Amino acid sequence: MTAVPFIILLLAAIVGYAINIQAARAIRSGGDRLHSLEHFHGLFSLLLVVVPALTLVLIWLALQGSIVDGLVMSSLPSGVLDGLGSGQIQLIGAEIRSIAGGRIFGTPENWKLEAADRLLGYRQASGWLLVTVVTLMSLGLIFFARSKVAAEFRARQGVERITLWLMIFCAVVAIFTTVGIVAALTFETLKFFQRVPVTEFLFGLNWEPQIPIREDQIAAEGAFGAVPVFLGTIVIATVALLIAVPVGLFTAIYLNEFSPTSIRNVVKPILEILAGVPTVVYGFFAILVVAPAIRQFGQSIGVEVASNTALAAGGVMGIMLIPFISSFADDALSAVPRSLRDGALALGATRGEMMLNVLFPAAIPGIVGGILLAVSRAIGETMIVVMAAGLIARMTINPLDSVTAVTVQIVTLLIGDTSFDNPKTLAAFALGMMLFIATLVINVFALRIVRKYREIYD
Amino acid sequence: MTDITSEDSRKALCNPTTEAVRNSLSRRNRKQVLLQSFGIAAILFAMGMLFILLGSIISSGYHAFTQTHIQLEVYVDPEEIPADGLPRGGFNDVLAAAMAVHFPGIDLADRVAKRELTSILSNGAQFILRDKVVSDPSLIGQTISLSVPASDPYDQLNKGLVERDTPEQFRRIDDAAIARFDRLKELGMVSAPLNTALITNADSRFPELAGLKGALVGSFWALLVCFLISFPLGIGAAIYLEEFAPKNRYSDLIEININNLAAVPSVVFGLLALAVFIGWFGLPRSAPFVGGLTLALMTMPTIIIATRAALKAVPPSIREAALGVGASKHQVVFGHVLPLAMPGILTGTIIGLAQALGETAPLLLIGMNAFITSAATSPFDSATALPTQIFIWADSPERGFVSRTSAAILVLLMFLVTMNAVAIFLRSKFERKW
Amino acid sequence: MFDTPHSAIDERLSDTKIAAKKVQVFYGDTHAIKDVDINIQPRSVTAFIGPSGCGKSTFLRCLNRMNDTIDICRVEGEITIDGEDIYDPKVDPVQLRAKVGMVFQKPNPFPKSIYDNIAYGPRIHGLAKNKAELDEIVSSSLQKAGLWNEAKDRLDEPGTGLSGGQQQRLCIARAIAVNPEVILMDEPCSALDPIATAKVEELIDELRTNYTIVIVTHSMQQAARVSQRTAFFHLGILVEEGLTQDIFTNPQDKRTQDYITGRFG
Repeated sequence: MTAVPFIILLLAAIVGYAINIQAARAIRSGGDRLHSLEHFHGLFSLLLVVVPALTLVLIWLALQGSIVDGLVMSSLPSGVLDGLGSGQIQLIGAEIRSIAGGRIFGTPENWKLEAADRLLGYRQASGWLLVTVVTLMSLGLIFFARSKVAAEFRARQGVERITLWLMIFCAVVAIFTTVGIVAALTFETLKFFQRVPVTEFLFGLNWEPQIPIREDQIAAEGAFGAVPVFLGTIVIATVALLIAVPVGLFTAIYLNEFSPTSIRNVVKPILEILAGVPTVVYGFFAILVVAPAIRQFGQSIGVEVASNTALAAGGVMGIMLIPFISSFADDALSAVPRSLRDGALALGATRGEMMLNVLFPAAIPGIVGGILLAVSRAIGETMIVVMAAGLIARMTINPLDSVTAVTVQIVTLLIGDTSFDNPKTLAAFALGMMLFIATLVINVFALRIVRKYREIYD
Repeated sequence: MTDITSEDSRKALCNPTTEAVRNSLSRRNRKQVLLQSFGIAAILFAMGMLFILLGSIISSGYHAFTQTHIQLEVYVDPEEIPADGLPRGGFNDVLAAAMAVHFPGIDLADRVAKRELTSILSNGAQFILRDKVVSDPSLIGQTISLSVPASDPYDQLNKGLVERDTPEQFRRIDDAAIARFDRLKELGMVSAPLNTALITNADSRFPELAGLKGALVGSFWALLVCFLISFPLGIGAAIYLEEFAPKNRYSDLIEININNLAAVPSVVFGLLALAVFIGWFGLPRSAPFVGGLTLALMTMPTIIIATRAALKAVPPSIREAALGVGASKHQVVFGHVLPLAMPGILTGTIIGLAQALGETAPLLLIGMNAFITSAATSPFDSATALPTQIFIWADSPERGFVSRTSAAILVLLMFLVTMNAVAIFLRSKFERKW
Repeated sequence: MFDTPHSAIDERLSDTKIAAKKVQVFYGDTHAIKDVDINIQPRSVTAFIGPSGCGKSTFLRCLNRMNDTIDICRVEGEITIDGEDIYDPKVDPVQLRAKVGMVFQKPNPFPKSIYDNIAYGPRIHGLAKNKAELDEIVSSSLQKAGLWNEAKDRLDEPGTGLSGGQQQRLCIARAIAVNPEVILMDEPCSALDPIATAKVEELIDELRTNYTIVIVTHSMQQAARVSQRTAFFHLGILVEEGLTQDIFTNPQDKRTQDYITGRFG
């Protein structure tokens, strides 16, 4: 059923194209000179039909589900939803939908069966309505496009104008994405701050978001002081960078100056593999290998180590960041002009001295930019910490302790049933806001440094 | 004479440098060797870690590619399974009877003994039998030969993952259970065929039945939606920015914005999807469509950046030549520049999709980590995806899920390697040097 | 420039600082330098001239083994400085380059202060025992390079902040600071304006009393102005070498004559 409007659209596009080409040919064979080539007349019709009609179909399909659901839920017999929380109402909706889909569990009440029937009816009606609307719209547009065909009609300019606007729309989607992120985060964060004071969130030292689910309990029982969460992220990111920065930089230095081409040709793709491994795999690696190894090592020297230490999460994150830093540093070193290398070598510097005294200092802005981007990755990295770090927020900077992180809290607060009126859910958005602001500032700063640096040597 | 004195004085003048260099050279060279060895150590560390990562996952994952099966001769007893009662019937009892044939000492009336006996078989064995009988009721009253998966503890035992010499109280199966299993083995009823269920089954609470079908289908839908949205949008935006946009504040803003989007943490995109797509637009939770939409927003900057690089690489002479024969700007771009840039664009797109395939965090937030035992039939059904399935299994306590997780990771990595190989192939095959 | 009596020049240029025998240079499969034999006299200026791509810069870079830094480059034949084979495996290029300094086409001061630019060579080679000695080396090098008056008040400012001509003199001062015996100059004025060029040429003329200078130049006028001897390269071959005035007034080879008179190049 979903495919029908698209098929109609496709047919309409082909028909419109063909009709306009025929019409244009007829004019030309009638002896007139066409301003635009025939296929531009065809394309004009095609775009004129497809763009508005496709937009309509997509919006319709995107909204159909929720509108139909709304209609069904509001048509339920009065009384059945009384006194139910939003989560339970959602569950009833899901049950009705699954009955409509033919998956019946147990023996549902009659009103649910009726609702499912109504749901199917609405869906069918909506489907037919859409087909009708699309057909009429396509026909109208085909006729309109046909009526435009004339010897002096600038079909090419028309086509180009439409494509230009389509491209502008594409470029603007990127803006909308940012606007969407900012709007969503701001909106939910403000709702959160209506329930929890900003100062408590930013400066509170106690994070226990285990909010009661029942309505009669008081929301304020959870504590939303995010400092220990921020601290956990900082500890883990620090561990990660302490591993990734030296290893990445020495790798880049060696590859850039000292390694034979053959080794470089082997090592670079291997580092790319390391960079392409999904983070969920790193997370599993942390719990499967690294955490037990650290624990065993701790036991062998008589130190009691938690199973989900900051060291394990941060260490694995560090491994993930090595290729990131090494490729940035390698690029930065390569961007230093050859003349500086030659200048140092001609003075009798060894290659090591040339690297440490001239190349590396000259590349520092680019390298710093790369490290900053790595910092932003480290604090935004989610899966490794979700799998390998802890859940309990502690005020500690000991990497052998279990700490939590901002992204861990966002995921754990939002996994499972979420409703948007619960401070627990909203807290995740507030944390997300902090994360977004922090990474945005670092990114803007880092990208600016990197860009400036490129300009110096270009 | 003057020549000689000046020669001497010159030698005297220059000696200090030569002398100083000679004296310090070995120390300076040692420093350089030290620097080089740090570099080599760093590379060995990185490569060693990759080796350990892959090695540990392969060594734990390959177990999941076989599955212990028990071969049974089952008498489909009409008394337990009456034809008119289908699909209900005492399938479990029939299986227990088939097992008990080989253990004369066990009384099936003893419920504990019976449970111990059937615990060797997977919980799904009775449903396999049921499906078989339901599809062909004429089997009732006959003896059929049936191969059913063994349950996880026995699967582990058969693969040697249970140490037989650990003290009994630390094992999940006791000595008597091991003895029963060994008896089956002696009778030749135990086999370990290729675990096709890993691909053909959807998720299950029982490791021996759990498979990746649901996740694969979910990832397929999500990736398809992601491609259909991000590819045209990304190319359109890139062409506009690279070829048409006037260089002013607005195009600068779009440019900065795209670079920033590429560096926004993925979990933030998850929050966007949760609040906007699910919260405000009311799209269904756990649906690959929403997942694909989210991944598309994340992949778009990658595609835009790759496309712009590919467009930039087309030399201006091509544009000038086409413009010179009277083509319009659009005709030049769509007729000449874009086709030439296509290999580069496709390479960038495939790499972007490979990243999207491994992306986990945003999918968790939109609920694609639900426990779903059937594969999605449309992008609007609830589903999991490969990476979220890995996350779910990694979180499961059963031993069998450890190797399943590793196996799922291997499947995921296989897809990523394939996609990257295609991208590299495209790049090397169609790359032009201008 | 030609006012010194012939005999005096001949006498002073009689011995050999650098001797090249049958030098061949290959870039991968390209044979860039073919069978070059040349003797370069101490404390004089020798100019290498020739059309672009004739191999004059490549040959210059053989003299302090800068070609070593290019992977695909291979040098055959023998080059000796003071009778010592510089391509002997026992010779460390670091040691050689401390003795044979080089100034490049484009001024390439390090992104450091003027002081640190000059002090870099002495520091890595350990030429100064203390700060006072280092200060002394820096000031004398700047004086020799004729940059002292312009730079003495801004030693802490970055070397990249100087004008093009000043930067090039800074690079010369940087080379002098290591106290080399030979200074190679690879088209040192090609990136400079005429006034800066004149200053650098003046400096080269002063430096030749203490250093052996080899200069590659595009400009025949420059070769005539600063050098005592001139070598003409064409297609990787050393066509002709001799006293500068002989080369310019009475070339022996047809190709040299054609080049000098502007028929090609």
